[in-house]
This record gives sequence, structure tokens and C-alpha cells, in this order.
Amino acid sequence: MESETTQSSKPKTTKVETKPKLNSKNQSYKLQAKNVDVFYDDFQAIENISLNIIEQSITAFIGPSGCGKSTFLRLFNRMNDYIDGFHMNGDIYLDNKDIYDSSINVEELRKLVGMVFQKPNPFPKSIYENVAYGLRIQGIKDEEFIENRVIESLKQATLYSEIEGKLDKQALTLSGGQQQRLCIARALAVKPSVILMDEPTSALDPISSGKIEDLIHELKKEFTIVIVTHNMQQAARVSDNTAFLYMGKLIEYGDTQKIFTNPEKDRTQNYITGRFG
Amino acid sequence: MAPQYLDSELKLLKDNVLELMFLVKNQLEKGQKALQEFDEELAHEIMANEKRVDSLELTIDRDCENLLALHNPVAVDLRFVMAAFKINSDLERIGDHANSIAKYIVDIGHKIDDKTVKAMRLEEMYDTSNKMVSNIFNAFITEDTDLARKVFRLDETLNQINREVSGSTAELIEQDVSQTKNYLYLFSIVRKLERVGDLSKNIAEELIFFIEAKVLKHKKMKSKNNNGNNSENL
Repeated sequence: MESETTQSSKPKTTKVETKPKLNSKNQSYKLQAKNVDVFYDDFQAIENISLNIIEQSITAFIGPSGCGKSTFLRLFNRMNDYIDGFHMNGDIYLDNKDIYDSSINVEELRKLVGMVFQKPNPFPKSIYENVAYGLRIQGIKDEEFIENRVIESLKQATLYSEIEGKLDKQALTLSGGQQQRLCIARALAVKPSVILMDEPTSALDPISSGKIEDLIHELKKEFTIVIVTHNMQQAARVSDNTAFLYMGKLIEYGDTQKIFTNPEKDRTQNYITGRFG
Repeated sequence: MAPQYLDSELKLLKDNVLELMFLVKNQLEKGQKALQEFDEELAHEIMANEKRVDSLELTIDRDCENLLALHNPVAVDLRFVMAAFKINSDLERIGDHANSIAKYIVDIGHKIDDKTVKAMRLEEMYDTSNKMVSNIFNAFITEDTDLARKVFRLDETLNQINREVSGSTAELIEQDVSQTKNYLYLFSIVRKLERVGDLSKNIAEELIFFIEAKVLKHKKMKSKNNNGNNSENL
């Protein structure tokens, strides 16, 4: 994540220099947002949100369309930087490092914080080259290393058994669900520690969605996952913690089981029971 | 999900549970009257109504199953459906007890004399259990958890009477062995009413779970009040 551009045959992983802060359960906070405001020109999309995300957990952001959940998600790998008029106040930390600090190399940050989007977006290349892409743009030349990493990532994304022996096939010939798992494999290949998912199953059928949800559960053992979803049942099924956003504000954040059985705020209850939003 | 449609389904479920509650409440009250006056016809009416209780139970089971499968309710809606499902089962069992009591009345075959009714404390048992069912009925309509909590104290009263009546029954049998069968029938009625109290208490707990999201099941009595009576820290 530091401003370091030296290319080598093996990817560099950034060492966390300061020990992560611990919460009451002695778990590390992987991500932290502190008093964050986000503006697109004059429009305020996020209003004073502070939130901590525990390492190796799954956190769901829920809320009605336009509530700011995707904007908030994209703050964690600085994807909003590309949007005209974007500016923010407050701080976002990854492993206790301020990711908006001027010393941060954004490309390095995005190796650590991968992203999966609503629609699968494989490149018009082979399955193999899609997964190898991130490694190649890092300058890695060691083909044996790349091949091993590609296979490892495809296995992690629970896709390998379905496409073994067909890695030269065009990625676009895969089904939608397989393409999405390929995109997850592509994100995993560069060894991130956080994966952001913006409605990763909204374009998929229930079987493919189920496979992605199973995969998310598996990935939690190694990665910290933050997922935006409009599917309440999905948020309830897959996440450990849920944050409910409404009109740019964080209304309630806590244990998913509590949120979906006995939320503290009426607005949360009204939203998750489908009575507004 | 269409929230208005969900609301109408939830309202239908509530209406069906209320109908069953009202029916079961009437079954118990008719049982008291049938016993007091030895009204055999009324006892048969209770037995005939048992089919309506069973039928409504099945309807409510199906309502709950459909709501869970089709609407995936969460939060207060989920608690309501879960509570309704359990309350339904408890009400059906209260209905079973009312039906059993009606059969005992028919088997006894005559009016019980006032002295025996008093010794077996049947009026107290009936008045208390009827009040409990009445309380949960009104608490369910108004979503009044204070009223639901009053049921816990009444259940203690029933338990106390039940414990005392076992001794009285033994004494009555010793005094007149020829009436043993009838005394046992009457003692069985007392035991059935004690079970009605337990089931009413379960229903009160489910109502509190639904309304306040508090789980009271299996909570023990924690203190005694100044009069030496048990009080609930619930």
C-alpha cells in the first residue's frame, strides 16, 4: 500500500506496521470509518458515518436505493476518486492506516482491497488470462508462479472443478454465475485481504446466487468481506454484521441476528419488514 | 414483497388466532356451567365444538407455514408468526382439556353437591383459569404486556390450589369410599384446569416475546414479596 513501485517476479504484500486496534471480543478492526462525509459537488451522499469492521467477518450494507451504501462501500478502495465532484471529510483506515493519506499508492491499495461488481465483467480473454491479469500488470513474469496462483484462485472461487482442462476457453462463454466466480477468482489472485462486493448476485439465478453465497462463507476464513445487497434474506443469511443506511446516514449497525429479529430502531424495522424504502 | 399484502396476511393470522382463543375461552366457560348445573347437553356441545378447535388449529398452522415460506418475515413480523404458531398449539391443548372435562361431566352423570364442589375448590380453579384465558385474550387484542404478566401470578394461585386439593381429595375418599370414582373425576378436572393455567402462562410468555422481544420461558421466580408470596422478576 505504500508508494512503492518496484516490480519483482513475486507480488509484494504490505506489512501492517501498527498493531490493529482490538474490540471487546479481542478481534482486530480491519476497516474503520471515522466521521465520514461524502459529497458529489453540493450533494451530500454520506453524512457523518463512523463504523468499524472486524477482520475475517462478513458485513452487509443494506438500505433503499440512493441511501449511499454503494458510495460508502467504494470509499474502502477509493473507487469514488474517479467520480467528478467527489470530495469527502473524515478518515478511512485499513489496518489502522489512513487510506486517503497522500502517501498512499492507490494501485497498491486496490491489491489489498479487491472488488466484485453487480454484473460479472470478465475481460474478452481466456479464463486463464482473466485470472492472471492482475498478476501480469504487477509485472510478474514467472509463468509457473502465475499458473499456480491462477489454479489456486480458481479453486478458492469454487470454479476450478467446473472448468478444469478448459482454461484456454473464452471467459465470455461461461454462464453468468461462473463469470461472477471467475471475477472473484480474478480478485483473489492478487491476494487481497478485503473483498468488497457490490450486489454480487443481483444478476444471477437462485442456484448461481447460492453458490456465490457458499463461496462468501468459505472466503470469510481468510478475507474480510463487505457486501452491498438489496436482498434482505441474503444479508440475513451471509453476514455477521449488518449496517442499515438511510438517506446517507447510518441508522443502525450491529449483529445481523439482532438486526433481523429485534432491531433497535423503528426505521430499521420498517425497512427490513418492507414497510418503507 | 408487497408490504400491504403481508399486512393483510398477518391480520388474517391474528384474526384466526383470536377466533381460536375466543372459542377455547367459551369452551372453558361452558365447562364450568355444565359442571355447576350438570348440563349434559352443554357438555355434548363442548365435545362437538372440539372439531372446530382442531380445524382452526390446522388453518392457523397453514397460515404460519405460508407466511414463513412466502413472505420470509423478519423482526416483529417473524416474532409474531413464531408466537402465533406456538400459541396455536397451546390453545388447541386447552381445547383438548375442555373437551376432556366435558367427557368427565357426562361420565359423572349427576350434579355435584355444593359441599364437594367447595371441598375440591372447583369454583376457584375455574374462576382463576377463566380469568387467565380472558387476560391473554384481551392482552392479545390490545398488545398489553402488563395484562399478560398478570397471568403469571394467577398461575401460581392455580398451582397452590392444585397442591392443596390432592390432600382434600384423599380425605373425601377416606370419608366415603363409594364416591371414589366421582372424586377422582373431580380431581382430574382440577388437574386439567391446572394444566390450562400452565398453557395460559406459556401463551402470556409468547405474547411478551412477540411484543417486547423478551424471552421469559424457563425463567425462575427470583424473589418473594413482603407477604411471603412469590413474585416474578419478569
